[in-house]
Amino acid sequence: MVWVNDIIQGVLTGGLYALFACGLSLMFGVMKVVNLAHGDLAVVGAYIALGVITVTHVPVLWSFLIVVPIMAVLGYGLQRTLIQAALNRGELTTLLVTFGLSVVIEAALLQFLSADSHALGVNSSIITGSFSIGSQIQIAYLLVLIFAVAVLVLLGLQYFLSASRYGRMIRAVADDREAAQLSGVDYRHVFGIAAAIAFGTVALAGIAYGMYSQFSPTTGTDTILLFAFAAVVIGGLGSLWGTLVGGIVLGVAQQIGAQINISYEVLAGYLVFLAVLVIRPQGLTSRKAQS
Amino acid sequence: MSVATETTPRSADKIRVTRSRRNMAWTGAGALVVVVVLALFPYIVYSGTTGIMVQGFVILTMASMWNLLAGYAGLVSVGQQAFVGLGAYFVLILAIHGTSPFAALPVAAIGCGVAALPMWWLVSRLRSGYFAIATWVLAATVMLIIERFPALGGGTGLPMPGLSGFDPTLLAAYTYWIGLAVTVLALATVWLVLRGRLGLALTAVRDDEVAARSSGVRVGWVRMLVFVVAGIGCGAAGALNSISLLNVNPDAVFSVSWTAKMAFAVVIGGLGTIEGPILGTLLYMILQQSLQSYPSWYLMIFGAVAMIVALFARRGLWGLVDDHLHIRLFPVGYWLWGPDSNGRRGAKGPGRRGTGGRGRGGRHSEGQRSG
Repeated sequence: MVWVNDIIQGVLTGGLYALFACGLSLMFGVMKVVNLAHGDLAVVGAYIALGVITVTHVPVLWSFLIVVPIMAVLGYGLQRTLIQAALNRGELTTLLVTFGLSVVIEAALLQFLSADSHALGVNSSIITGSFSIGSQIQIAYLLVLIFAVAVLVLLGLQYFLSASRYGRMIRAVADDREAAQLSGVDYRHVFGIAAAIAFGTVALAGIAYGMYSQFSPTTGTDTILLFAFAAVVIGGLGSLWGTLVGGIVLGVAQQIGAQINISYEVLAGYLVFLAVLVIRPQGLTSRKAQS
Repeated sequence: MSVATETTPRSADKIRVTRSRRNMAWTGAGALVVVVVLALFPYIVYSGTTGIMVQGFVILTMASMWNLLAGYAGLVSVGQQAFVGLGAYFVLILAIHGTSPFAALPVAAIGCGVAALPMWWLVSRLRSGYFAIATWVLAATVMLIIERFPALGGGTGLPMPGLSGFDPTLLAAYTYWIGLAVTVLALATVWLVLRGRLGLALTAVRDDEVAARSSGVRVGWVRMLVFVVAGIGCGAAGALNSISLLNVNPDAVFSVSWTAKMAFAVVIGGLGTIEGPILGTLLYMILQQSLQSYPSWYLMIFGAVAMIVALFARRGLWGLVDDHLHIRLFPVGYWLWGPDSNGRRGAKGPGRRGTGGRGRGGRHSEGQRSG
């Protein structure tokens, strides 16, 4: 029964990790940008949510209505300026610039907002509440909610990419930028839109993490970026639903590790990641190997 | 080689190829003088100053290694802190068992080179950005594994044993000399590697991987070798750092800020030049010393400057120096003395623009086009 509980908890936590991962996956899929500042931006989202809640007293669950647009605008702006400038100069520069951004954001958060940990909506009933199945399985409403949000975000993204005008433009640019340009698509604008969407999911990930656990300036790289990346690799590079599979595998591995010894929680996740890297480098869901 | 065959006999006897525009003996003598003067520092300055310089040696050694990785082998590793930490812990393990930390340093460095092999096997199948994060995850994994050993201090670390018997001034001097030796060895290794066959292969891989592969360069092998050498260098630097701080703390030695410092020093100084990391480290030390009461500020400024340089001066500050003054402290390319180039760099061929100054081993071909 303990194991059943672990698997249920792991699957639900996987939703959170999928939420971490889908922005990273989207930016790589469309712009071929591996955004090393991904985790720090999620933490920025969490801090913005904290500020919004403190100032306007909106309920924590509705803070996303304000934070997601802010982050989306930030994403569009960053993509059109810094990231596009780096992309024009090549892959190496893009990596260096996003790494620089990550370090600068983290140092700035430490300097201006201190190293203290924060959490979102500590007293809200949705965060503390849970329901039981049988005597040993207790499921937090929050985890179910986060999992549902992750699935909704992935469904929404898939619908958006396959059915909407901008979605088609994004896929066209991702497939063949020059052909898309010849058809009259301004690829820079499309990249900006994709970045705005990715940053929107990053904001959701930040808020979800802030409700799920405590966050501090170092959370972005220690936890969010590395877990997101592990989920992306386990699930298969560049696959949207793969991130959910990867997140779930990572979550279950961590829960089982924690069951053996609480200090093995994170390590178990990384070991599964390394095992996937060795046995199935293309990831669990993708059919052909990617270089 | 191709110079003689592709030029007309008339001009062939006017063409000369040398390693440098100046006589190498002067560079060698200059380097020797600098090293000797640096070696005398413990007699001249206070131990506080040598302590700061040891920090500079640590960063310079790491930066030279990261330059080899990113500037030549095209491997942007964000996980070099794995080796910084392993170097520190290998020294700690040996010191716990009674070895002097100074004697343990070279062993620890070799140990890091050995540890780099399985790590390379794990991450080598990923490219560019994914390689970068994978090395980061690997470093986090290594830290989590090491924290599982209570004998090594678990999550809090241990003071470095075997150093309490030394007189503080003498200890500072020994640490300084070891640091100088590590740095000189690291720089010499980088220079020799780049001058030799491996350097030619590396430059080829950096400029065009596909072309290098089709010319018979074993790209995977070359990259692995660089990864191992960088592991040894960063391990030695990490060991040196733990000796100078007299303490090993897992969170500090496995911090990604090590990679940030080494990478930014390289980028600011000049990626893909041997002189770049030296200049970058110098700037880092100046910034760090002047802002030492605001530890977050200097990393913020350093990172921001690195981003600006990466965007607007891709060969770094040394690249600017080189473009205007044609100075090369550690020549690894070839200089063509053509009939009318008069020792100046041959006119840039129109095709070179695209690779944006990354070319350097290919200098003789530039000269050919103009001459």
